[in-house]
This record gives sequence, C-alpha cells and structure tokens, in this order.
Amino acid sequence: MTRVFVLLAMLLGFSPAAQAQDLQNLLQSHAQEVADPGRQSVGIVLDDLAGSGIPQVATFLEQWQEKNVWQGPEGLFFIATEDGDTLTLTDIDSGEQSTAPAAGFTQLKPNGGVRRVIGTALVQFQLMDPDLTRRTTAVASIARRPEPDQLAPLLGSIAGEVDATLKARKIQLANFLSASFADEAADRIAAIDSLATDVSVEARAVLNQILTTSPDMAAELPTDANIARVLTPGADMSLDAAYALLVDAGLAAPVTSQEAIKSALSENITGGRVGDMPLVQLHTLENRARAYAQLADAGTVPPLVTTGDRDAALAGYVFFETYDEADSAITDAAQAALASVETRVAVGQAADLTLDALSLASIYFLAAIGLAITFGVMGVINMAHGEFIMMGAYTGYVVQLFIPNYTASIIIALPLAFAVTFAAGVAMERLVIRHLYHRPLETLLATFGISIALQQLAKNIFGTQARPLTSPAWLDGALVFNDVVQISYIRIAIFVLAVIFLFLILFVLKRTRLGLEVRAVTQNPGMAASMGINPDRINMLTFGLGSGIAGIAGVAIGLYAKVTSEMGADYIVQSFMTVVVGGVGNVWGTLAGASLIGFLQKGIEWLNPSNTLAAQTYMILFIILFIQFRPKGIVALKGRAAAD
Amino acid sequence: MKNSFLIRNPSTLWFLLALSLFTIGVTILSEAGLGIMSTSFVKTLGKTLCLCLIAVAMDVVWGYCGILSLGHFAFFGIGGYAVGMWLMYARTEGIVLEGFAAQTIPPTAQEITDAIGNQIFGVVGSSEFPMIWAFSDSLFMQLMLVVLVPGLLALLFGWLAFRSRVTGVYLSILTQAMTLALALYLFQNDSGLRGNNGLSGLQNIPGYENTPQSTISLAFFYASALAVALGYVLFAWITSGKMGSVIKAIRDNESRVRFLGYHVESYKLFVFTITAVVAAIAGALYYPQAGIINPAEIAPIASIYLAVWVAIGGRGRLYGAVIGAAFVSLLSSWFTGGGAPAIPLGFYTIQWTDWWLVLLGLSFVAVTLYAPKGIGGLFDYLVRKPS
Repeated sequence: MTRVFVLLAMLLGFSPAAQAQDLQNLLQSHAQEVADPGRQSVGIVLDDLAGSGIPQVATFLEQWQEKNVWQGPEGLFFIATEDGDTLTLTDIDSGEQSTAPAAGFTQLKPNGGVRRVIGTALVQFQLMDPDLTRRTTAVASIARRPEPDQLAPLLGSIAGEVDATLKARKIQLANFLSASFADEAADRIAAIDSLATDVSVEARAVLNQILTTSPDMAAELPTDANIARVLTPGADMSLDAAYALLVDAGLAAPVTSQEAIKSALSENITGGRVGDMPLVQLHTLENRARAYAQLADAGTVPPLVTTGDRDAALAGYVFFETYDEADSAITDAAQAALASVETRVAVGQAADLTLDALSLASIYFLAAIGLAITFGVMGVINMAHGEFIMMGAYTGYVVQLFIPNYTASIIIALPLAFAVTFAAGVAMERLVIRHLYHRPLETLLATFGISIALQQLAKNIFGTQARPLTSPAWLDGALVFNDVVQISYIRIAIFVLAVIFLFLILFVLKRTRLGLEVRAVTQNPGMAASMGINPDRINMLTFGLGSGIAGIAGVAIGLYAKVTSEMGADYIVQSFMTVVVGGVGNVWGTLAGASLIGFLQKGIEWLNPSNTLAAQTYMILFIILFIQFRPKGIVALKGRAAAD
Repeated sequence: MKNSFLIRNPSTLWFLLALSLFTIGVTILSEAGLGIMSTSFVKTLGKTLCLCLIAVAMDVVWGYCGILSLGHFAFFGIGGYAVGMWLMYARTEGIVLEGFAAQTIPPTAQEITDAIGNQIFGVVGSSEFPMIWAFSDSLFMQLMLVVLVPGLLALLFGWLAFRSRVTGVYLSILTQAMTLALALYLFQNDSGLRGNNGLSGLQNIPGYENTPQSTISLAFFYASALAVALGYVLFAWITSGKMGSVIKAIRDNESRVRFLGYHVESYKLFVFTITAVVAAIAGALYYPQAGIINPAEIAPIASIYLAVWVAIGGRGRLYGAVIGAAFVSLLSSWFTGGGAPAIPLGFYTIQWTDWWLVLLGLSFVAVTLYAPKGIGGLFDYLVRKPS
C-alpha cells in the first residue's frame, strides 16, 4: 500500500526531489533485491522506483517483467536481447545500444509471483501513459481481471485523465472495484449505491459477485453468519442436494442407490438365490430391498440407507444459504441496488422487445404490402409472391457482383429489383392470371405451379447455398442505448422503408389517377369500363405494382437475412396471414395485421425465449382462432365494397 | 340399393377390376412370383397406392365439395405418427428386453420403461415418456388414435371454420396455416415426437423380425390396395345419390343450397372429417412402407402437391384423382431418382433432377389453363355420355 500513497503523492505534485537521480543508480542501491527478487522484498524496490518519478521506470518494469533485463559483470543492469553468443544491450537510462558477448551477463528471471507484483505496479504507469491506446489497454485489462490492488492506482489516474470517454470508463470501473474491494464498508456501500442506476452487464456482474451465496447446514440456525435465506429441503433445494451436504459434512451415510443395490445383489448370488430370494423374483424394488437387507444383516454389505432414512436425517438440521460476503450491510445494499437495476433492466427489456416487435412488424409489412395490393385489392391469390421477394433479393445480389461499392449497389438494386419483378408480375398477369379471374382457387394453383418452377429455376442458376447480400458499411452495427436496449441499423432502415412504402402506397391509391382507376375497377369492373377505364390495363398495372413492391421488399429482407431460393416460401404463409388478419382490401388493415403478428410473435417468444418454433406455432393457432371470430380481419370493409 | 349404386357408377366397377388386375400383376412380377420386380419397387407401388387413397379423399373434399383444403397431409402425417409410435415402441421394447436378458438380475418394470425411453428419446436429449405416448404399447389403441385424432381435429377445425363461414381462398389459407402450425410444433425437440428426427425404423414390424422384407412389402401392398378399393367404394357411394347431389350443389353455389334449406355446414363438416380420417388411414399404411416419418412430410408444400395431383388427374371424378396421384408421383420419382436420361443441348445438359420441378410447375400451369379437366378428361372421349 505504501507505494500507492507515494504514487498518489507524486500525482498530486508533491514529487520528492529525487529527479536528479538516474535509474541505474537507484537500481544499484537495491542491486540485491533486483537481481534476486522475492515476493516480499520486491515491494521496497517498486516503492522506491515509483517514488523516484524517473520516466524510464515504466519501460524498465515492462522489460523486467518480460525477463529482458540482464545484469552485467560489473553489476550494472541492462535491457538486452540475446542473439547467439552476443547480447544487444540497451542502456537503461540513455537508451544507447551496444553489443557485448553474453558471457559474464546473467539474465534476471523473476518468478511468477514477483512478475504479478511487477505487473500490478506497472498498471499505475500504464494508466497514466501519455499514449491513449496504452491507457485504454490498461483499463481494459483491469476490467478483464479486476484485483484489489488496482483500485488505488485507478482512482489516482482519474484526475489526470484528459480523454473524456476514458475518464468516464475509469470512473465506472473504479466504482466496480470499490464496490468489491474498498477497505471501508462505507466506501463499498457508497459505490454499490452508485451502481443502482447502471444497467450494464458488468455492473450486474459486480453486484451478483457480491451476492454470491453457498449452501450450508447446521443443527440450529447460526446467529453470527450473514444468512441470505433459509432453505426448505424439497421446496427450495432438492432432498438429495440437502442430504449431500450432510454426507459431505460426514454427518450421514449416503443413500444406497438402486445401482448399488443391484450390483451388490449380483455380486452375492449363491445357487440362483440372493439370501432366500430366487433371482427371478428380483424384478421389483421391494424384493430387491428385502434381499439386500438380508445381505446387510449377514454383514456382507453396508447397511441399507433408504430414502426414508434420508428424510428422517434431514429433519434434524436447518439448511440455509450464507453470503460469501460477511458484512450484512454490504449485502443489503447490493440487494437493494440489484433490485433497482433489475427494475431498470426489465423496463429496458420491454423497450427492447418493443423495438424488436416493431422491426419484425415492418418486415412482415414489407413482405405483405405487395400481396395486400394483388390479393387485397384485386382478389388474386398469388402464391408466387414469395418468389418475387426472392427475385428481388437475387437482383440485389447480382447487382453487387457487378458494382462492388455497397452503397451504390443498393441504390441501384432497389429500383432495378422493382423493375425486374414489375416485369415478371406483368408477364404473369398477361399470360396466366387474366385467364383465371373468375376462378380464384385455380389462380392459387396455377401461381403455385409458377412458384415451384421459379424456385427450382433459382436453385439451378444460383445453387442451393445461401448468397450474401452485403449491406453498406453505414448500416453495419447497432444503435446502442445501453447494454439492454439496442437495435441494428439495418432494422431501422427496414422500418424506415416500411413507413415510406406505407405512405407511397396510400398516396398512389388515394391521390393519383391510377389509384382512382384501380379502386374503380376493384369495386365494379363493368361500371368502370363503361366510364372509359380499361380494366385490363389497370389490372396489369396493379399486379405489376404489387409484384414490384415485393421485389423491393426482397432487397430489404435479403440485407438482414441470407438470400436463398427458399426465402420466399418462408414468408408466403405469414404474408397471407398478415393480409387476412388485417382485413382484405385495405392498406391500413395490412399495417394492423403486420403489427399484430409482429408484436404477438415477439411477445410469445419473450414468454418462452428458448423456442422460436413454439412461438410461431402458437401464433398461427391464435390467428386461426382470430379468423373464426373476425373472418373479415381487423379492418373490415363495409357496404358494397365488401361483397365477395 | 347396392345394385342401383353400382349401375349408376359403372366407373367404380371398372376401377375395382383394374385395381385387382394390377394387384395380381404385381404379385406375379414380385419376388413371390417371377421375381422380376424388386422389393423396393413393390414398396414404391404400395406407397403410391396410399397416395392414391389420400388423393381420392382430396378429390371428394375439393372436386366434389369445393373446399380446397391445403391441409390434408397433416391428417396423413398424424396417421403415420400414430402407427409409427407403436412400431417404434414395440420394436425398441424388443431390443431392450433382449439387452436385459443377458443380465443376471431381472429388470424392474421401471427399468424397462426407462431404457426404452432412453433409446427412443435419447436423440432429443430426454428419456421421459411424454403424455402422448401413454398408449404406445398397445397396437389397438394406436390404431384407434389413427382414426380418432385426425377425426376430432378435423371436426374441431371444420366446425370452427365452417361455422364462421370461412370459405374459398380464406379457408385454403387457414388449412395451410393449420398444417404449418402442426409441422412447426412437431419440429420442436420437446414436442414429444423426436423433433426433426421424426420416427424411424418403421419398416421393421415387431413380431415379424424374421419375415423377409419382400413378404412384408407385399403384405402392405395388399393392405394398401384393399384400403384404396374400400375407400374408393365408400367415396363413390357418398358422392352418388342424394347426399352426393347436395355436396356437388354446395360446390357450385353454396348460398343457393343454404336458401333451399339444407344445413350446408353439416354436409361440409361431414365431408371434411371423413376425408381427414381416410387420409389418416392412408398415412398409417404409407409410413410403415416408407420406414421413416418426420415433420417435413407435413409441411404445407406436401398438401399443395396433393392438390396438384388431383388437378392434373382431373377433379370431380374419383378415378381422375387416382390417375393423377399415381402418374405424377411415379413420374416424379422417375425424374428425381435419376431414371430419366439427361438431354445434352451442346452448350448445356439438362439434368432432370434439376429441371423436373420446373417442368412440373409449368405443366401444372398449362393444365390449369388449358385442360381444367385433367388427364381424367381424356376418358370423356372414350365414353359417350348418355343423353
């Protein structure tokens, strides 16, 4: 500890007037300890070195720790590298280099314990190193392996820190260290209290570290121990675990296991019997126990300890958990801090879940909005919609093959994907769908045929393995609020894209000539035609529009998931359900459907986090039930437009 | 009555005749006869017969009643799982008992159960028997479950759906959602049915370990043929006569039938449930021949293929469904099994394993557009309709 105070004094400007001295002289005054240091004796050397304020000390300590310091024939210390029989010597003070034969030099090899002490002493130098990266590394190494000794140098280095981020980090780390290691209980409690607002994983780890418990038992509850809680065997801990404590303490014999009984029986078979029990009757546990008891009576095996004996033995003791930390004031403070942190974490998780659900909803919305137009507005079932999504994603992939700049390629890919799928949609409408307008079920099957053909075609062209669609660098990473709440930029981009499309579609349908004609044809094709609208053309354009949007959705989905020939199939059922749940023929309905499904799925996943499959299963079941009660979806059309 | 039913449906007699000839032909060619046909091909034919049976059921529910169910393979799969559970349990029990026979101390009942559980569920990291395996030691109970579980599921699902007048494409999507939900559920490791490993080793029939597979496959082939025959007659009977007329009328105009005073929902529910049960029976016969069942079999795509078969074969005629299922599934295994010769084009060689699905998809579009009657429609040219 002394050297720490010397160091602090030095920091605060009370540097002793030892500046004139050079390092070699200082080392020579401790030559014996430096040459052959012990864990205790090295402390004095380090204190003096730290107190000297000589700038070369840090370098020397590093080299010493790494066994690069050699002692010359005259007892002088050098930093040296060995090269065959010669040494390249570096003067400790001046840094001048020279060579000398290795003979007569001895390498200083401090043992592991000493090196660790040196390392700790080094931290104070590194923490104040003028080089920012070295300071950051030192702080990171403390965070990785916190030790009590590091607290004081860390505290000392805070005042002199010039980098604001690193200073904040140092203060945080100092809080962690003093929460765990400060000498005074009051200091620790103050530090622990300051952690109550910190939701970082590290802070929680520190608090949990303070609150570690171990199970214990005694005949009566001890009054001097810091007891976390009393355990009831069978409820808070298993009977076996409780009994294991007794057995470990040597207070009871272990329960004779069924395997032990079985092996004891099979070792003591005489003439087809164990005791007076024939072998064939040993197929029940009772008979085995009886046979074993006979063996035990005869003294061939240890006496039988049954689960009944175990329970009886347990009744004589109390079981409890004690904190490894003896001071109850500290554990109480930690408990309170942890409770407060956990409340904050729960709030954070709720926020995080909302963000997740929002981004899932926007993905579903993007995937379904094209379908909402073709299915919802035109009443055409397009099972190949998922394959249009896939086509869009592959378009993005192909564009990236030609344009290596990711930002430029995405900017080109979005309209190109729209163009490609728009053309595909128009072609499909002209060739297949327009012949089937009055047979919706057959549209479903014909488009399914197209879907499997397209899927296999993609497999033939691009292979079965997933293709990457790389997002530009500015979409990498995540917007991090704290350790609990964060969202990746890609998801934000998808959300933004979904919002843009929502308003774009609404604008096209409600505010443009095309939208007016689409709605007219949807409501009454015959009347629309007699007003001079060409329903064929409108149907073609509407279908193209819906397909084109699927292509853009494909690029967006490909950015965060992999591009495979099956990616479309993964979305098709969900997309249909989004449209159906939301209410057919209404963009707002699709938005409502996507939000409901997105939030519901994340909600169920949160209840059962290990199991995404289960979440999907329950969600589909919910949707099936939901449709029973609102067959027309959340936003149902009314009046004539609702007619089938 | 029986007489008049068969006279009104001469195609049923023709079908039964063709089926018997086919069965006899296969017997002669198989290893029990001339030995020209391999055991695996007999199995393929047996499986195809099961697919024909579910296709007939699909035809009744879609071609006759107008309900495009995209979920009938769910029932098929449930039937397979129900039988598979017994097959797997009984076979594992045999293996476990053999293992215990070597030990000097006889095992307790609990030890046997634990060992079987370990064997079956070890692959999903468990050894406990889930609730749904409660009857797996009894063949009779599991056979009952083949009928009961899909029947009740179809009854519940159909009641909910038809009651709220979910029709047309909405119903199709709903049935697809149902089969997707079931498949996703079964994919979980803790579903109690071994997750995506499914049930395997089903081709080994407990009690017949020493019977050669050639005999077993022939036995299953006969059973499948019998099931197809019975199913065909049952559905031919249902779809003829008064009830058949109502069912067909529902397909053509549901509201009008309702206004005429028929309780449309009951008819639909009846058709939906009975076809589900038949589909399950087909599945129960199919999977012991396939040897393995896993949740991928229940994925929505399978049910859509079912609709494809029926459409290609010709909807609204039972033999059309049989032809479609047999034709497409055999052709499919010929193409994907590498049986079809590759076509070299000079610059590119068409490998049918890669291009078969493209061909199927496009020909399906062509059939829907240009030949809505399917292959079965060809028979109309043979038979002059009585005026």
